[in-house]
Amino acid sequence: MTGQNSIWVFIEQTDGKIADVSLELTGKARELADQLGYDVVGLVFGHDVEPLAQQVIERGADRVLLADHPELAVYRTLPYARVAIAEARARKPEIFLIGGSPNGRDLAPRVASALRCGLTADCTDLQIGEYTIRKENKTYPNLLYQIRPAFGGNLIATIVNPKTRPQMATVREGVMRMPAAQPGRTGTIEKVVPAFEPGDFALEVLSRQVRHSTVQLKEAPVVVSGGAGIGSAEDFALLRDLANLLGGEVGASRAAVDAGMIARPHQVGQTGTTVRPRLYIAAGISGAIQHRAGMDQSSKIIAINTDPNAPMFQIAHYKIVGDVAEVLPMIIKALRERSMSDGSTDGE
Amino acid sequence: MTDQKPIHSAVLVKQVPDTHNITGEVMTKDGTMNRNALPAIFNPEDLNALEMALQIRERRGGTVTVITMGPPKAANVLRDALFRGADRVILLTDRKFAGADTLATSYVLKCAVEKAGPFDLLFCGRQAIDGDTAQVGPQLAEKLGIPQITYAETIVEISGDQIVAERVLDSGSEIVRCKLPALLTVVGSANTPRPASVRRRIERKLAAAPGEYAAIRAAWPEFESDAQLETYLTAHGLKIAVWTAEDIGASEEQVGLAGSPTQVHKINFVVLESTESKTIPATPEGIAAMVQELVHEYIVG
Repeated sequence: MTGQNSIWVFIEQTDGKIADVSLELTGKARELADQLGYDVVGLVFGHDVEPLAQQVIERGADRVLLADHPELAVYRTLPYARVAIAEARARKPEIFLIGGSPNGRDLAPRVASALRCGLTADCTDLQIGEYTIRKENKTYPNLLYQIRPAFGGNLIATIVNPKTRPQMATVREGVMRMPAAQPGRTGTIEKVVPAFEPGDFALEVLSRQVRHSTVQLKEAPVVVSGGAGIGSAEDFALLRDLANLLGGEVGASRAAVDAGMIARPHQVGQTGTTVRPRLYIAAGISGAIQHRAGMDQSSKIIAINTDPNAPMFQIAHYKIVGDVAEVLPMIIKALRERSMSDGSTDGE
Repeated sequence: MTDQKPIHSAVLVKQVPDTHNITGEVMTKDGTMNRNALPAIFNPEDLNALEMALQIRERRGGTVTVITMGPPKAANVLRDALFRGADRVILLTDRKFAGADTLATSYVLKCAVEKAGPFDLLFCGRQAIDGDTAQVGPQLAEKLGIPQITYAETIVEISGDQIVAERVLDSGSEIVRCKLPALLTVVGSANTPRPASVRRRIERKLAAAPGEYAAIRAAWPEFESDAQLETYLTAHGLKIAVWTAEDIGASEEQVGLAGSPTQVHKINFVVLESTESKTIPATPEGIAAMVQELVHEYIVG
């Protein structure tokens, strides 16, 4: 069996390259499986993707279920869901993790609906624990705690699925840490033969355009982010100047993205990118939990806000109560002057 | 286009608290949210979904039915949908629906769509701003056994029994061709939703669900009984239909809390770790000192 007592991870791949989020989840699954004494199983779907199986094993999987078929070459909901649902029904995994990418968020609910199991989107942490239903006077051990910020406010909810299997969750890229590859690590590869039905091909992909994002938030050593407190798209130019000066990237809160001041790939937070830079500058960001979830592990945080009670100040190392439009130029000026004085004294 | 068969659409919408406008004032001193300070609004991307359906009706003819599940006050978004041009609106409300997660919600919507249909196209917003799960659309499509086109931005064409649409993803875009019936989840960049029309606001001002008849009759005493008002509203397409679990033949164990596999184990208030922090005066001197310190600690190179 590759199901019972196992944690499954859907391995998303595009043109033969595995998505980072899938390997990050494989690492997290390994950690949870070690606690439970379970196996980690990676689901590799695609065409001519057999070489990917070993990569998944090297990141911590014990087994790979490999569905290699021409109809799986490009991601499509129905053929992918067909295979995932059939295998989950036959093998009954305990836990099934899927990356919170557009394709993952397309696939996971389709699968959960067919399996009639619970699914929690965009978890920011996964743990193992127990849950007691008092009415039944019964304790369910070894459940997956699906932890995510809840509804609007400063709340973190722990969700469990005590009675249905698999326990499903999606997690965004960057939330879990990328495990180191262990070259030579061994595992088993089992080939799966898809049993498609004609209806599975109701949709065809006529063309695809891959846009390689020029926004490199996840790896940036410094992130300068703006929120609703930034007046306009023009004022974001100040953030860009500062980010350039620091060799960093521009981030944004969801409020700024929704207001159209900056493009969505810049969004930091639970539903955007999770970052852990050396320095995070939060300019005009109040600091809702969904935003903080994506940046609170930054080494140093500078918060600038006119509202002295902004929640962001509570996690900031440097608090500056003031107008972003005045404070940012001061920081830029101080940095430029420092560079100049460095140059004159050190002769660099 | 040769094939001009009318297209019948259903749009599944949600009334949500306006979490986009959470400000310091909405948060209470103990870190919880004052929900009363948040207005209930039409979920933004559901308006994009409605707009897409209305545009198709303009090009092709047909009808647009708007369906929501929620408490009685969710009738407000249906009234709004009527003002924007929907032909028919249905409120799914029942105490038994309370506490539904996305699986139980999609089941109720499936029962309602089957009763209200058939439809050629179903539209949902990509996701609702209160939960951000983006799950109900795909789950509904699965329950209906129809294909889904998530992240739809543009409808390129509808001809015969096929739709060609463009999906926008973080990593690029896709043009897909899909057989009807199909379900689309619509992104916010798809269009600019039309505002509620002033003319329709006047023409349809009496639009009401049965639970609201008393209030209507208080304001319009010429309606002498609920029955008389109902006859009038039905004749003028102003009745907001209200369907219960029984009306749509939904099985009790699949709706509401009972039908929801996910349970909330606990809710934690976030205790912000008190970081060792410095307050920096917003002056050139204060900022320069901070920058100096960051350089000293090798935070800034």
